Amino acid sequence: MSLFDYSLKELQNKLHNKEITVSDLVSESYNRIKAVDEDVKAFLTLNEEEAINKAKQLDQQENKDSSLLFGIPLGVKDNIVTKGLRTTCGSQFLDNFHDPLYDATVVEKLQAEHTVTIGKLNMDEFAMGSSNENSSYFTTRNPWNTEYVPGGSSGGSAASVAAREVFFSLGSDTGGSIRQPAAFCGVVGLKPTYGLVSRFGLVAFASSLDQIGPITRTVEDNAHLLQAIVGNDPMDATSANVDIPTYSDAFKEDVKGMKIAVPKEYLQEGVSPEVKDAVLQALKVYEDMGATWEEVSLPHSKYAVAAYYLLASSEASANLARFDGVRYGVRSEKAENMIDMFKLSRSEGFGDEVKRRIMLGTFALSSGYYDAYYKKAQKVRTLIKNDFDKVFEDYDVIIGPTTPTPAFKVGEIIDDPLTMYANDILTIPVNLAGVPGMSIPCGFSSQGLPIGLQIIGKHFDESTIYRTAYAFEQATDHHKQKPVLGGDR
Amino acid sequence: MAEISKEQVKHVAHLARLAITDEEVETMTKQLGDIIKYAELLNELDTENVEPTTHVLDLKNVMRKDEPKKWIEKEDALKNAPDQQDGQFRVPSILE
Amino acid sequence: MNFETIIGLEVHVELKTNSKIFSPSFNAFGAEPNENISPIDLGYPGVLPVLNEEAVNFAMKASMALNCEIATDTKFDRKNYFYPDNPKAYQISQFDQPIGENGWIEIEVDGKKKKIGITRLHMEEDAGKLTHNDDGHSLVDFNRQGTPLVEIVSEPDLRSPEEAYAYLEKLKNIIQYTGVSDCKMEEGSLRCDANISIRPIGQEEFGVKTELKNLNSFSFVQKGLEFEEKRQREVLLSGGEILQETRRYDEQTKETILMRVKEGSDDYRYFPEPDLVPLYIDEAWKERIRAEIPELPDARRERYISELNLPSYDASVLTSTKEMSDFFEETIEQGADVKQASNWLMGEVSAHMNKQQLELAGLPLTPEALAKMIQLIEDGTISSKMAKKVFAELVKNGGDPEKIVKEKGLVQISDEGQLKEIISGILAENEQSIIDYKNGKDKALGFLVGQVMKATKGQANPPMVNKILLEEIEKR
Repeated sequence: MSLFDYSLKELQNKLHNKEITVSDLVSESYNRIKAVDEDVKAFLTLNEEEAINKAKQLDQQENKDSSLLFGIPLGVKDNIVTKGLRTTCGSQFLDNFHDPLYDATVVEKLQAEHTVTIGKLNMDEFAMGSSNENSSYFTTRNPWNTEYVPGGSSGGSAASVAAREVFFSLGSDTGGSIRQPAAFCGVVGLKPTYGLVSRFGLVAFASSLDQIGPITRTVEDNAHLLQAIVGNDPMDATSANVDIPTYSDAFKEDVKGMKIAVPKEYLQEGVSPEVKDAVLQALKVYEDMGATWEEVSLPHSKYAVAAYYLLASSEASANLARFDGVRYGVRSEKAENMIDMFKLSRSEGFGDEVKRRIMLGTFALSSGYYDAYYKKAQKVRTLIKNDFDKVFEDYDVIIGPTTPTPAFKVGEIIDDPLTMYANDILTIPVNLAGVPGMSIPCGFSSQGLPIGLQIIGKHFDESTIYRTAYAFEQATDHHKQKPVLGGDR
Repeated sequence: MAEISKEQVKHVAHLARLAITDEEVETMTKQLGDIIKYAELLNELDTENVEPTTHVLDLKNVMRKDEPKKWIEKEDALKNAPDQQDGQFRVPSILE
Repeated sequence: MNFETIIGLEVHVELKTNSKIFSPSFNAFGAEPNENISPIDLGYPGVLPVLNEEAVNFAMKASMALNCEIATDTKFDRKNYFYPDNPKAYQISQFDQPIGENGWIEIEVDGKKKKIGITRLHMEEDAGKLTHNDDGHSLVDFNRQGTPLVEIVSEPDLRSPEEAYAYLEKLKNIIQYTGVSDCKMEEGSLRCDANISIRPIGQEEFGVKTELKNLNSFSFVQKGLEFEEKRQREVLLSGGEILQETRRYDEQTKETILMRVKEGSDDYRYFPEPDLVPLYIDEAWKERIRAEIPELPDARRERYISELNLPSYDASVLTSTKEMSDFFEETIEQGADVKQASNWLMGEVSAHMNKQQLELAGLPLTPEALAKMIQLIEDGTISSKMAKKVFAELVKNGGDPEKIVKEKGLVQISDEGQLKEIISGILAENEQSIIDYKNGKDKALGFLVGQVMKATKGQANPPMVNKILLEEIEKR
């Protein structure tokens, strides 16, 4: 049994009773990485020396604030900046970006809780992708079957937790980038309400959609990790100033009388029968616990993917313009004049998908097309947000599948952008509406690949999502299943 | 709505400061064309009286006080620079 | 054919907040390269802008002083373009909802007053500074990046380079009065681009305009426009065509030189800045700022004429900079005579500033000292001639005029008894001069005055010397 099969509370007890040390936890991580990461390929950069030193240091000190996260090994998605630790965003452009000079707000907050950063996790380049195949380094593999993708873009974050390489990790979600890989890898991933977690230090893909969120093995630990990273940040003007509840309080309540909405659009064609069955099974579990569910409609769902790709790509085209080879990153050696420095550095540094989206976004914002594409998409975003507001007038949560299918094989659809984009059809509307959404394991396909259940809540109502997810987790044992990896046999 | 032409693709690539090969122009024209055609789906919706959403939260007037602070040292600022000279970032000149 | 000239100006003014508009870095001129920067100013991955409240207050103040309407709902947008001094490759600016709109200022040229419209005033961030080396490379200093700017766009209401000059002087004057900027062109805290076109008199539509850049002083703006006015006229008269061009003014050759021909408009792909939330400026906020705006130059000028009875010329000169005007008011508040204070400031003080190339703030002279010196003249303690010596000391080393007078032994002898005694002695020694004077030789009186001055080392009060001399001669 791995130390990472315990819960946070159990680990803190063991630390407190001196059954284990922080150094043991950190060794557990690196030993596991040495054993399985050749197959999983979740890590881009390891922080081994620093982490071992920090563990020794933590072992000398007391957990004064009784932090549940004290000494716990953490993996960080590589688009979250870490002072003194290479941050590449999965891009060759930032291959030499060894010191981003500052820590993201979430990293600072976790350091205050004394977590130990094990390393930086692989991702689709600049978070653009749903399979991890767009990483310019290598493709992270699904721990349940390494011929399959782990999902994306936080593929490394989900895979590393599923493979017990770290206890938990941070991901980011712009159109499903936490929930989809969490579903594919059979772990728990939350995309918080837009504005709940500071974006300062998250390398921007689409500023109006991006959120950092926790990926964990269990719902309970997810709430504890979220608790540590939320809160208003004066460095992020879009960060909300709201009262923060104690999320673990949600576990005290059951789901009796809870009203669940199930959008018919989320169970339509395109959703595989296995996924649909798993979701209906889950709804049955909720019924048994005293909740009720009804079919509802989110009528503008089918427009979400198109609106999303226009909006996200437009914002990305501006956000990624700063990668110009002047102040950091890789400058083309062939550049002899200013314009070539820009063009060649960017073309050599960026992969195809990133270029494609920059092109799409530049086009959508360009003179004569702005109203027809960008502004139109912003208006459709309003309609999609209204759909959610309307359903939430009558229901506590929305439940559906996280993805239409379980994980697909590496190389299966990489050459077909539109099919790849369709993978995010069930997660994208949540980002457009800015509401929180979580994926939890709810079963396995005939091929033994995990299936994710998506639970969507009202703005800033993460507590109800936790309550709903926790009840399900208590009633089932999907989360107790473990992938078998090379080192396990 | 018009399809995207190769000329447009080249123009957009220039605006985005991307050097693209003739071959890439071909594939980009096709792929962007497909995506844009797909995006035409939005035209099914009458959005004349719909307000665009830029910010999903209704926040206003988020500002900070005018208090200056030193954050990084000059040496750090130049630490990641691909090229530097005399404490400044060095770049090739504009092609005249 | 007779042509009419149409000019519109775009003026950028740096706001002197303590920190930058979107980052907490110091906003200061003259630091070592890349000293006042942070990851935010460098556009590092992951950074976010947060708006400096004072920059908004300053922009509102400037807008109000220029008679603009203040937007209730306003926001920021991204203006996208690549350049090495533009670290994010977008400038945070305001596109369709500027903070100020529909303003105006009044200028006066050849005694004629004219209102010049201001289309808009918007907030944005300044870029870094690029210096070109001669080795095929350029160097970038990001100190200036993120300095709060307002861009002030005039209506095409200006009809001559002279009016353009007057507009700039007035604009600078007003903004300086509000205290939001130094408006120093030599430090780049005020910069100007000019658009100019000409059209045959009577024609309604505008001609094709050219844009002038690299205008480093108000007089270069005027000279550049004068050259361009003439150039365009010659092109049109010879049957040519004006192209939409950007030209720069060359200070050496005094000509405008083509930089580039514009093809269509630039595609900046503006869109609302998702990292900053909108601004809602309610009436209370507007009123709070309005209350902070000091009396502006036109109002002061009127007050000087109507309340202080100064000639209109004096009132204009004194209010032409806030520094001068404040100095003047402080001087009269310290008890100096209005006309005397005005004369000294417009005369000796201005002459000294011009000669030494100094600003008022750079002189050790204080309003208090100037007022005291004027009082010493008024009460006869020193003569005007002595005052010049005191003044020379005040502008060189500063100090207390009374002390200077004593130290230099400059006190005037105005005691009638003392003077009578000296004069009696002089007259007794110069019988012949008395006779000469009585015989109509006026020169003799001058000689006697000179003798008195010599005897008193120049300290005798001259009007009194004259008066007593005449009385004493009469007696003999």
